[in-house]
This record gives sequence, structure tokens and C-alpha cells, in this order.
Amino acid sequence: MVTPMTHQSRWVITSTFVFALLLTALPMPESTAIWRPAWVALVLVYWCMAAPERVGVVVGWTAGLFLDVMTGTLLGQHALGLSVVAYVAHRTHRRVRVLPLWRQGITIFALVFLYQALVLWSNGIRGIPVTAPAYWTSPLVSTLLWPWIFVVLRVIRRRYAVV
Amino acid sequence: MIRAVAAVAASIVLMTVDHRASHLEAARSLLSTVLYPLQLAIHLPIRTGDWLSEQLLTRNTILAENAALREERFRLRARLEKLDTLEAENRRLRSLLGSAEQVDQHVLVAELISVDMDPFSRRIVLNRGAQDGVLPGQTLIGSHGIMGQVVHVGPFSSNALLITDPSHALPVQVHRNGLRAVATGTGPLNLLKLSHVPNSADVQIDDRIVTSGLGSRFLSGYPVGKVVEIRRDQSQPFAEVYVEPSAMLERTREVLLVRSDPVTRQDPAFEAYMSWSGW
Repeated sequence: MVTPMTHQSRWVITSTFVFALLLTALPMPESTAIWRPAWVALVLVYWCMAAPERVGVVVGWTAGLFLDVMTGTLLGQHALGLSVVAYVAHRTHRRVRVLPLWRQGITIFALVFLYQALVLWSNGIRGIPVTAPAYWTSPLVSTLLWPWIFVVLRVIRRRYAVV
Repeated sequence: MIRAVAAVAASIVLMTVDHRASHLEAARSLLSTVLYPLQLAIHLPIRTGDWLSEQLLTRNTILAENAALREERFRLRARLEKLDTLEAENRRLRSLLGSAEQVDQHVLVAELISVDMDPFSRRIVLNRGAQDGVLPGQTLIGSHGIMGQVVHVGPFSSNALLITDPSHALPVQVHRNGLRAVATGTGPLNLLKLSHVPNSADVQIDDRIVTSGLGSRFLSGYPVGKVVEIRRDQSQPFAEVYVEPSAMLERTREVLLVRSDPVTRQDPAFEAYMSWSGW
């Protein structure tokens, strides 16, 4: 099972997550902040579908923890959202990855919506007010970006033969 | 399935512990050290952009700016001289009263390396950490007023909460008459709300609000902002007073970290007051 390739695969997957974290932390104007796509969640869903033996709940949870530290939220908020997303994506990957891209988009919308809702609910418990648009803006932008992210990550996966 | 349940349980435990206690500071600062290069990498293009725009300024702009700065320096120097005499007078009066000297304030300049990514909270990351002597609870000051306080300190960077964060409360008073209140953040509104101000309280639009120093976390007398809106509804027990922060929270790049040890307990006036009030 352990071939020289597996080591490289690990690095490729890790660096896509690092890049997603970078994109998340990119400064944006105040007014557009709620439109920020959920980069880490998108990358996580892709790898859950493309490399389900490598990426799953544990990777999602770890990525979420880093996201928590980066965004200064309570430790565990994003970890909770991303591990649930990873679990659902992992369970459905056989069905979703054969769908055409636009129908995958519907799944992505649902997954990012779930993730966003979990993060916003845990914010609500802390007493941070939540506005209604925040629930659907980020999932919408993420869905629109999905085809491009999918294609880019597929090129990366084939180029470096990630299995 | 088992992993998912374990991950959800672990997240909930982490959130609860992080929310209620501060045992996780070490873990957070370790993870933030790992992420520090990332934050630097994000900051790099912005810094380059700043540098470029500075290099490409026209000569006229620089001359105009220079003239303005020179003028401001003259004005500030005049005020500084006045301040020196006032400080000397203050010290003399304090020694007459026999109270302890206010301890010197330690000031550290820090730069923002990233701002909050969550639109509902107001947090920033600064480029100074435990190595530079930053402590949790230190006050953040911009050029126009108080900005917030440090909440998490990592080895090379620290996390600060701005006064407009919904979880932040700041003890303040009205500069004109000393009326005390607590200013809480409102998040996306970028205003502060004074809580529990009676309907009959003497507050007016444009009143200046300063820190009161009560609770000994913030120093007293720093400008906070001015009152921009008052809603008095007789059916409600308290008036709604909104304050616009004077520090340009969204636009400041450099901040001052101020630390001042609170008035010592040996202060005779303080001791006398405490024994008089029955503490």
C-alpha cells in the first residue's frame, strides 16, 4: 500500500489546504466579507470525493481547527462545521462524483450551507448577532466557483497522480 | 461514523472549554505560530503595494505633505510645552496630596498583519507577541482614540478585540459631566451602544465620551468617541445611546500598545477611602 507516490500525494493535498487557508485570510473590503467563498470547505469536499481513502473527517476536523485559530473564533467552531461536512461528503462521494458539474453544484450549496449554519449557530450561542443574508451568500458564491475549483484541483490531482 | 461522532464531540468540548476558561491559550498560541508564515505571506503583497505607492508619489504631493507636517509639528510642539508645564503642576499637586505617582506608561508600536475574516466579530492580528513583551489585556490605542484590547498572545503575534466587537464592553464616562456608562460593541454597525443609561440622564448629541478607567483594565481619560444618536422611548426603562468611535478602526495600520500598572494599593488616599467606605 505504501509506495513512494503516497508521500507526494500527502504533500499535494496539504498544500492545497494551505492555499485555501491563504485565500480565506486574504483581506477583503468590509462590505464584501460575507460573500467570501468557503475555500477550505470546497477543497475538503473535493478531496473527500477524489481521494476518500486519504481525506475524511479527521482531516476536516484538523483543517477546521487551523481555520479557528486563523479567524480568531472559538476553538472548535469551524472544526465542528468541517467535520460534519467531511462526514456527509464522504458518505455520498460515490453518488456525487459521477454527477454532472451543475448537479454537483447543488450538493455543494447544501454542504456549504450546512457548514455556514453550524458556524453561525455557534456564533449565536456566544451572543454574536447573525443577519439572514449570511446564511446564503457564502454558499451561493461557493457554488458558482465550484466548477472552476473542481477543474483546477482535478488538473493538480492528475498532474501529481494523487491517489 | 464513529470518527464523525468523535469529531463533533471533540469540537463541542473544545468550544465549551474555550468559551468558559483559558486553558487552551497554549494550544492556540502553538497553532498560531504554525500559521504565522501564512499571515506574513498574505501581508507581503499589501506591504509591497504600500511601498510602491510611496515610491511613486509625485514631488508636489510630497512637498505639500511636508508643509502640512511641518505646520502640524509646530502646533504640536506648542501644545507639548503647555502639556509639560501641566504635567509638572500635576506632579506637584499629587505630591501635595501625598498620593502615589502614576506609574510610567510603557508604549509599544505594533502593526496590523490581518483583520477579522468573520464579518460579525471585530478582531485583528498584530505583529507583536510575547517576545516583545505584549501581555493579554493591554490597551490598543490609535491616533484618534482607544481601539481595543489584546486578548490572545502568541510568541510572535497577538490577537486583539476591537471596541466595536459585540462581545466587548468598555467602561466610559461622558466628558462633560462625568456620567458613567458601559459602552458595548455592535459588530457590523461600527457603533458603540451605551447600556443602562436612564431616560432622564443628561446626555446630548456630540457629547465626548472618554474611558473612565473603572475596572482597572483600561486607563482613564482616553477619547472613545462622540454621541451620534439618542433614542428616548418613555415606555422603555433605558435610553438607547449610540457612540461613534473616534479611532479610525477600519483604516488604521499602526497601533500603540499601552501598559500601565494600576494604581498601587499602597496609595494612602486609596487606603483611607477603603477604610472609610467599610471595605
